[in-house]
Amino acid sequence: MKEKNLEDQNFSSPRGGEWIETQTQQKLKGTVAIIRERCKGCGYCIEFCPLKCLEFSKEFNGKGYHYPHIKFPEKCTGCDLCGMYCPDFAIFGKKLL
Amino acid sequence: MTQTLELKDKMEGLLRTNRLPHVWCSGCGIGIVLNSFLRALIASETDENKVAVSCGIGCTARISGYMNIDGFHMTHGRALAFATGLKLANPALKTVAIGGDGDMIAIGGNHFIHAARRNIDMLVICVNNFNYGMTGGQAAPTTTKESCGTTAPYGSFENPFNLPFIADACGAVYVARWTAFHVRQLQLSIQEALKKKGFSFIEIFSQCTELFLRKNKYGAGLDEMKFFKQNSVIKNGADTREAEFNSRNDKIVVGKFVDRERPDFKESMDGYFGKVLKDKFIRYEGPLQTKI
Ligand SMILES: Cc1ncc(C[n+]2csc(CCOP(=O)(O)OP(=O)(O)O)c2C)c(N)n1
Ligand code: SF4
Ligand code: SF4
Ligand code: SF4
Ligand SMILES: [Mg+2]
Repeated sequence: MKEKNLEDQNFSSPRGGEWIETQTQQKLKGTVAIIRERCKGCGYCIEFCPLKCLEFSKEFNGKGYHYPHIKFPEKCTGCDLCGMYCPDFAIFGKKLL
Repeated sequence: MTQTLELKDKMEGLLRTNRLPHVWCSGCGIGIVLNSFLRALIASETDENKVAVSCGIGCTARISGYMNIDGFHMTHGRALAFATGLKLANPALKTVAIGGDGDMIAIGGNHFIHAARRNIDMLVICVNNFNYGMTGGQAAPTTTKESCGTTAPYGSFENPFNLPFIADACGAVYVARWTAFHVRQLQLSIQEALKKKGFSFIEIFSQCTELFLRKNKYGAGLDEMKFFKQNSVIKNGADTREAEFNSRNDKIVVGKFVDRERPDFKESMDGYFGKVLKDKFIRYEGPLQTKI
């Protein structure tokens, strides 16, 4: 089981893209990790973030979707609601404090 | 570093990440259901080696292919039949059947009512997107009145099924309904149902963005999520007869409707044969545990 996971992870880079995390500063309460190439631009994470920290980026990913990026990093609590709503496993929130 | 960071890694561990991005259309609710299911597995600390997922055919049924746990892709409608066999052959497993409304209640309807009647110990998750997604948006036994499908170009005039009511009437021990909007409640429900012994049923209203929503001009996935949010009323413990959703003008009754105890199939069988056959009866406890 473990070994297989490792293999999967390696495959995930060329096909799925890398994890991109926002710059971590000490005072941030939370942040998000976004895997751009998995996003299909549905906008659920942006709509249902309780603090409206996210917005669509101007750039497209390989499939032609605008992926989200964090607009107000200082507001994010890392509640991970965006991660619970994402149908594509493209975003996860995490607490930093 | 923190809990959620670990959670992300655990989620990745339960996914076959080399197969992502998955086939589901942008905004399709099936991905949300898979997301909630994996989170529930992690939160309930279920041993993933003791879980087996059985799926039929359909967009929803592709779920088993993205999980890094034992999964079976069955013929159309037979997810519950397969899960029944699996459970009886290996009683230590927690069997989960996941499928679409067509898979579970149209072609697989008979398996559904009988698995519930016999109270086979399994969790059944039905993603109701009101049509046959995979084959091009045909009307299903769940299509709401006046909604269109490829086989109902002027709208459907039939009465759709009320799935929680059917499950309740057939004897399910746990019955709940949520929508793709209710991610937290859905996750908690799956957690509860994973621990429940007997036939547990969770229905999830979900958005088929590319067919049902597009054909009916109900808007994008986000509009449907808002529709679910605005039109749902949470009524835990409600009579399942109230859970009718016949047309888009009805309120969506969501919540946990049934949570009761009833001896499951194996308990009943062991009890009965133990009584009538006495010492002649050898209880079956699994392929490795039973000596004959
Ligand atoms: C025996 C058989 N009959 C018909 C089909 C065609 N078929 C494939 S998927 C499907 C319906 C899928 O609908 P549903 O279960 O609601 O899943 P969804 O795609 O909506 O998630 C049908 C009729 C088949 N594969 N096998
Ligand atoms: S973790 Fe919570 S606060 Fe941060 S972006 Fe996601 S939903 Fe918003
Ligand atoms: S919810 Fe997921 S797929 Fe949808 S826009 Fe956000 S990151 Fe992309
Ligand atoms: S056809 Fe419908 S149910 Fe199937 S993946 Fe697309 S949106 Fe989802
Ligand atoms: Mg369907």
